[in-house]
Amino acid sequence: MNIAVCVKQVPDTSEVKIDPETGTMRREGVPSILNPFDSYAVEEAIRLKETNGGKVTAVTMGPPQAGDVLRDVVAMGVDEVMLLSDRAFAGADTWATSYTLGLGLKQAGPLDLVICGKQAVDGDTAQVGPGIAENLGIPFVAYVRKIEEIKDGVMRVQRLIEDGYEVVEVKLPAVITVVKEINSPRMPSLKGKMKAKKIEIKTLDAAALGAVPGNIGLAGSPTKVVKVFTPPPKGKREVIEGAPAEQVAKLIDRLSESKII
Amino acid sequence: MDYFLTEEQQEIRDLARQIAEEKVKPVRAELDEKEEFPWEIMKVLAQADLFGLYIPEEYGGFGGGAFENCLAVEELSRVCIGVSVSFAASGLGAYPILLFGNEAQKKKYLTQIASGERLAAFGLTEAGAGSDAGGTRTTAVLDGNEYVLNGTKQWITNGGEAEIYTVIAMTNPAKGSRGASAFIVEKGTPGFSFGKKEKKMGIRSSATRELVFENCRIPKENLLGKEGLGFMVAMKTLDKSRPGIGAQAVGLAQGAIDEAVAYARERRQFDQPIISFQAIQHMLADMVTSTEAARALVYAVARFIDSDPKDVSKASAMAKLFASDVAMKVTTDAVQIMGGYGYMREYPAEKMMRDAKILQIYEGTNQIQRNVIGAALIKEAAGKKK
Repeated sequence: MNIAVCVKQVPDTSEVKIDPETGTMRREGVPSILNPFDSYAVEEAIRLKETNGGKVTAVTMGPPQAGDVLRDVVAMGVDEVMLLSDRAFAGADTWATSYTLGLGLKQAGPLDLVICGKQAVDGDTAQVGPGIAENLGIPFVAYVRKIEEIKDGVMRVQRLIEDGYEVVEVKLPAVITVVKEINSPRMPSLKGKMKAKKIEIKTLDAAALGAVPGNIGLAGSPTKVVKVFTPPPKGKREVIEGAPAEQVAKLIDRLSESKII
Repeated sequence: MDYFLTEEQQEIRDLARQIAEEKVKPVRAELDEKEEFPWEIMKVLAQADLFGLYIPEEYGGFGGGAFENCLAVEELSRVCIGVSVSFAASGLGAYPILLFGNEAQKKKYLTQIASGERLAAFGLTEAGAGSDAGGTRTTAVLDGNEYVLNGTKQWITNGGEAEIYTVIAMTNPAKGSRGASAFIVEKGTPGFSFGKKEKKMGIRSSATRELVFENCRIPKENLLGKEGLGFMVAMKTLDKSRPGIGAQAVGLAQGAIDEAVAYARERRQFDQPIISFQAIQHMLADMVTSTEAARALVYAVARFIDSDPKDVSKASAMAKLFASDVAMKVTTDAVQIMGGYGYMREYPAEKMMRDAKILQIYEGTNQIQRNVIGAALIKEAAGKKK
């Protein structure tokens, strides 16, 4: 199987602090890591390769230092990596990012499967996975928690929904996003780490991808950020204390007093 | 302190540290409490390629030496030496094959050990043959194309869990220690069984069992080296592996220091953190100084061994002796600094102190190490020109 995983370098959210003045993230001095959800995608891709043969290519879009996460995934067992990097990609929203990653994936050769983490922990949009599928014109399944079987070009998966899961069959090639229930990502191996040190990171810019200038970066992003702010705290609140039964009784009293019930 | 590790050595240390922190630390107390063999962790170490650190690349290993192995053992030991001994004991079982095996034996067994696919163990000690390995009673008698083994080995680390055993048995009891030979015995061989799992003071997640041989027939090809070389195999193996015990001791001592410092900064008495008291600072200062000295010695000896000198017995014994005495003292003092909390199982210090004791006992008691060093001194002095 020829599998691609899309990965993203994100700030280590456990280390992130919010600037109380501006309400924005303080990125300075915050270490960058592989988006945790992407590690499940990488693990699943490597497992599929181990069972079915083939290779795994990891693709990321970002500044040159985003190459670090590509080395991290090579240490886990990814075979090839591709970095999509160009100043013109800066400021991309999910639409422009999906478009750019789609172009990169087309260059990764004929693919059987593209796996992404369900979302990135910085933006939390969960839009890039489906956006890529749209750009590649292939089917998409979100929130996969288990790959049951791959047979005759059809993959059967379990897809997490709010109160259980659905079993879905999808024709390959396809794009899926995976949730953390799918596996437990492996540690890097020593041989992988050595390979990661030496691997040459193939870097493609906008020209190499044949990207339409109006579709990439800030210029290609329909999302316009008007204002970023921390919502003001909601008005008065009241905490009802006591044993659960007492709390319920008190709550019902208060609700009837307020004529809500 | 910077020990000027190569990039590769740093990677090994970092990887072992990551596994120790993420996979071992969360479960160490439970493994200790349940006396459960850490198979899950062994699999992680295997997948990370750490079992092959000291095995040549041609047998699927990393091609490092005793030093690389020590770096990994130290990091694992910082968190749990019950786990690190299970890892390191596979190396102890592998060294006889690495040092004395023929090409076919190396190809077959070292590749399996390097990949972590099968664990190894080393069987020397018996009920009546501890410090005095000459008291070995297990016999191996050649019968056609097979050796027939009879006897019982005691307190074998990884016993029952390992699949490849290197065992010392007497092929010619009349010759005493020159009548011993070393053999490879695979788990599952008819006539080879395991005694009860021992209940121990510390390193409780590790498996310690008897190896029982009752007319156990093994192919003649499983002899390591030649007949009569058994004790040489054992001594050379221990020479190579003892710095690993030193590394366990250094790691364990460091782990105890880290716990004690963290505790002493948090714990308040007389309106101040107890680390502000000179009594505590002086204890910590001694702990960290002796541990750093032990680390420097262990690293120096491991590097010396990797330079392949003729005789390493003295240096190897010194590393094991000094570092394990340091670990016992440091872990005891860590409990002392932590006071009542240190004595409770809720905190890791009491386990570290229980675990430390074995380091002064196994792979040759510290009294035997002093004998080795003393004997070497006499030999060196006698060899000097007047």
